[in-house]
This record gives sequence, structure tokens and C-alpha cells, in this order.
Amino acid sequence: MKFIKFLILGIVFGIVMAKSEAISWFRIQEMFRFQAFHMYGIIGTAVVLGVTGVALIKKFKIRDFRGNPILFHPKEKSVVRYLLGGTVFGLGWALSGACPGPMVVNIGYGFISMGIVFLFAIVGTYLYGYFKEKLPH
Amino acid sequence: MREFITQTWSWWFSGTMIAGIMFFLLYFGQSFGFSANLRTICAAAGLGKKNKFFDFNWKTQTWNLVFLVGAIIGGIIAKQFLSSGSPVDISPETINDLSKLGISAPVSLQPTELFSLEAILSIKGFLVLAFGGLMVGFGSRYAGGCTSGHAISGLSDLQLPSLIAVIGFFIGGLVMTFFILPLIF
Repeated sequence: MKFIKFLILGIVFGIVMAKSEAISWFRIQEMFRFQAFHMYGIIGTAVVLGVTGVALIKKFKIRDFRGNPILFHPKEKSVVRYLLGGTVFGLGWALSGACPGPMVVNIGYGFISMGIVFLFAIVGTYLYGYFKEKLPH
Repeated sequence: MREFITQTWSWWFSGTMIAGIMFFLLYFGQSFGFSANLRTICAAAGLGKKNKFFDFNWKTQTWNLVFLVGAIIGGIIAKQFLSSGSPVDISPETINDLSKLGISAPVSLQPTELFSLEAILSIKGFLVLAFGGLMVGFGSRYAGGCTSGHAISGLSDLQLPSLIAVIGFFIGGLVMTFFILPLIF
């Protein structure tokens, strides 16, 4: 069962997101109002460890479990798409209090109404595909 | 021990675990980016026939859908076995600010004004959640990633596009919090 490891990682992710309260609308509001360190601490810790680890992977050319090199793909250079797309994302994040991962963790946690948010996130993704050619990138 | 598990997990432990998840995904030959699932779901629903953005071999993304299912199970486990049931412990300033908008102090992880059955059955309540989701879905694909793909994976690789996206997340988040939420509530 080659997918079991991803199931376990997903379960750990869900538990951590719920137990750190990062799935809470209140925590997102507290973050955007700069009234607590909690969310910045979570993301900051992950990024500091992430930067260190990625640098080590590159320096020592660490390989994945199949023995293939771990590759990092530079994202295409642009400002418009990241700034505009990011801003639309931020508007939705502060309104619904959840980014895509926490949406589904909330559903598991029993906040079934988050299913509406997730369903419309799929619709939003489709709308992006529909209007993609007309949008500045 | 039980109390240690059921209390809110610290930021440093949670952040460390998230970095760990990212490294395990890299070790397993994949990369951490949750919102890609939204595009995969569109592709799996057959929308690739209508739009070439969704016309790709989505089965290569099965691992991420499995991760998504795991995240739901993680939510169930956290609620059933690891929760003290106490409300989210946000700062008094936030409670005070939100009360001015008519959002009452937490009794659980989520505000009843947004997520209760009564709320979602009202037109306004439904539209709030629908538009919130719509913008997260549209914005994450337009920006090419969400919090996991840009703020965690991208920043860890010192990608400038990810930094621009995260700045965008905050522009949108601050505009919603300080200018639009007061108009809605």
C-alpha cells in the first residue's frame, strides 16, 4: 500500500492543525489584527526550520527514498499574478478563516458548514481556469 | 499527560511538526502544497474536457488526495480523542474588537455567527462562506499556491514569487479584516 505514508502524514497534519488551533477563524482574526504571536510563531518556526533543511538538502545533495535527487523547481518570475492572486486569497482567508488545508480539517472536526467553503473553493479554482487566458499573469 | 495533550499545542511544537511534514513529503518524492488538490478535484470531475487547465493526468496527484483524506481523519481524531472542549484561547483585545462587529466571544474553535446551522441557512451567512471559499480557491490557483505551497514550501526555498504571494495574502487579509468585515457585520 504505497499511499499509506501519505495518509499518515495527512492525519498528523490534521491533528497538528486542529490542536494548534490554526483551523480557527478566531486565530486568523487574531493574526490579521497582530494581537498574538501564536500564528506567526507556527509559520515562523516552520519557515526557519524549512529554510535550514532545504539548504542542507541542497548542500549535501540529499536524495529521496527512491534514491532520486530532491529537486526544487523555481516558480516562474512574475509579480502581477502573485500579488493579485495572493490578495484575492487573503481576502477569502480573512473572511472564511480558513485556507484549503484547514477547511477539510474543520469538516473532520465537526464543523460541517466548512463544507460550503470547501465546495466554493473548488468552484473558485474552476473559475480561475475558465478566466485564466484573460487574466494578467 | 492527558492535560498536556488536550491543551492548545504550542507554536514551536506545531511549527516544527509542519516543517517535519514538509520534509517527509520531500523525502517521499513529493512537495507540500494543499491547494493543488482543488485543481485535481476539478480534473477528476472531468472538467478537463471543457477546459485545458484541468486536462492533465490527475492520477499522479492521488498521493495528495490521500493526504487530504488523512487531514479529515486527523480532524476527527483531534476532536474525538485529543480535545478538552474548551474554547479557543484568543487574546482579550481580539475578543473586544470582534464584539464590536457583533461576533461573540469563543465557545468553541469557530464563531457561531458564521458556522452555526442558523447562520448558514440565512442568505447573508451562506454568502459569507461561499464568497470566502470562492476567493480562496480562485486566489490560490491564480497565485499558484496557498499557505502551504507559498508561505511554507516556497519561503523555505527562498523563492521571491512566494514572498510576493505572502505579501498579497496579507494585503487581502488586512483589507478584509479592517475595511470589509466592518461593512458586512
